[in-house]
Amino acid sequence: MFNESDLTALAITLKLAGVTTLILLLLGTPLAWWLARSHWRFKFLLEAIVALPLVLPPTVLGFYLLVTLGPQGPVGGLMESLGGRPLAFTFTGLVIGSVIYSMPFVVQPLQNAFEAIGHRPLEVAATLRASALDRFFSVAVPLARPGFLTAAVLGFAHTLGEFGVVLMIGGNIPGETQVVSIAIYDHVEGMEYTHAHWLSAGLLLLSFLMLLTVYGLNRRFRIVQA
Amino acid sequence: MSIEARFKLDKGDFRLDVDLTIPASGITSLLGPSGCGKTTLLRAIAGLEQCQNGYLKVAGRVWQDSDQFVPPHQRPVGYVFQESSLFAHIDVRGNIEYGYKRLAKAERKISLDKAIELSGVGHLLQRKPETLSGGERQRVAIARALAVSPGILLMDEPLAALDPARKQEILPYLESMHDELDIPVIYVSHSTDEVARLADHLVLLEEGRIIASGATGEMLTRLDLPLAKGEDAEALIKAVVAGHDDEYALTYLDFSGGRFTVSQKPLEIGKPVRLRVVARDVSLTLEHQADTSILNIFPVIIDEITPVGSSQLTVRLLANDVPLLSRVTRKSAALLGLEKGKQVFAQAKSVALLA
Repeated sequence: MFNESDLTALAITLKLAGVTTLILLLLGTPLAWWLARSHWRFKFLLEAIVALPLVLPPTVLGFYLLVTLGPQGPVGGLMESLGGRPLAFTFTGLVIGSVIYSMPFVVQPLQNAFEAIGHRPLEVAATLRASALDRFFSVAVPLARPGFLTAAVLGFAHTLGEFGVVLMIGGNIPGETQVVSIAIYDHVEGMEYTHAHWLSAGLLLLSFLMLLTVYGLNRRFRIVQA
Repeated sequence: MSIEARFKLDKGDFRLDVDLTIPASGITSLLGPSGCGKTTLLRAIAGLEQCQNGYLKVAGRVWQDSDQFVPPHQRPVGYVFQESSLFAHIDVRGNIEYGYKRLAKAERKISLDKAIELSGVGHLLQRKPETLSGGERQRVAIARALAVSPGILLMDEPLAALDPARKQEILPYLESMHDELDIPVIYVSHSTDEVARLADHLVLLEEGRIIASGATGEMLTRLDLPLAKGEDAEALIKAVVAGHDDEYALTYLDFSGGRFTVSQKPLEIGKPVRLRVVARDVSLTLEHQADTSILNIFPVIIDEITPVGSSQLTVRLLANDVPLLSRVTRKSAALLGLEKGKQVFAQAKSVALLA
């Protein structure tokens, strides 16, 4: 079945996806809220930037991240001069890459969910003594619950399946930056098809179960709301 | 105590330019065709619409002037929207408690139970909003607004989205609310019927401007306003239940200009009521007709006459200073020699008891 390095890769993958999803929900929620509410005329610029990873080859994104975060890059160089080490080929580097790469999968469902709420429930809450922050947590977030579920699962699942970005920026260091998708690639390269099968099937099953959860739960939400 | 509001707003194709003082008591109705700015005015009072250079003072407290803008959630208003806009994610009880829970204890002048009782929603508390009928939803919205013990209640056509039967279901609650709670209400409407039934004070809007403002009975019968020229022109009369005639099953209602006789209603003697007399149902005679089936006949003085279309006139009458309207043809007026100051008799063929 799984050998020890496979299990390590699996653990790193789940940790990466978990941490990435958490960061994305924290960053993506205010960003999506702002995108849904703002009337700024150049808002579309930001929307295009958020959507960029949808169309960009992951290797391109990975390449630029490598250049930026590596020892010669601006961020990597700064880290080094401050006594740290460059972020390229580290787990932290992977997280940064994944956050950017999976951004649209979290921000877009949240933005859609917030837009679908409209202004009215928030105005109602305002006339019922709720401050802006209170309105956000007591009305917007609960009403956008299906959006949060979709965003979390898509962000998680998309990070699971990452390959190009991870390979470029994380390298392939077993125990540190080797994730399942790359481990599978290694197994295939080494003609270890049984191992590749187990890992692939595991990832397939996990991804399918998660999507099943999203669609199943959101269908129930829709029925309730109708 | 009064409400002073001055707002100017330019939204491209729509302008609002109002300067208004209304009493901070009773029900004030903002009446006008759709798009006249009545909802925008109401939203500006709630702080939901931001007008630069606006001024708003409610019962002695400034809510908006050049230096300050009290945000909506700090204004002691209750707001009932046109569509009930209940929170879909919580049940009826949660909706009603939402604002109540956010009040300091000392501000809770109306208890939850009272708000629930006045709106008649006690049996719905566990239900989710999507399972309610339109009328029930609107009653929950009213309970929710009352539960914040508002200093002023703002209602934006709360009945507009409902069919006539549902309206009849809600009106009594609005009336009992009016009777039991001493909260000033600003009520946006485009229905003269609702206004006649509920409003003490009337503000007429047209194309973002106020064309007139005053006591409802007075406004309905002013011949210089569009209301008295409409097909449904009517007068509103405040009367008091004076007695009952059990033999003929009749109720007597007195006002300063005389006595109305209507079919018997189970009303306590001394209870104030509102009567609506439609101009089309009022005919005029020079003598007090004795041989007529009409019971409601009053001596009146012609106050003013205005033409309506090419063949008709609206005549404003005063029954001991209480205004009434009569719609007659130009020909009858000529035959009877109707003119300002003349003493005639008004015969009301039918009278509607509003409350």
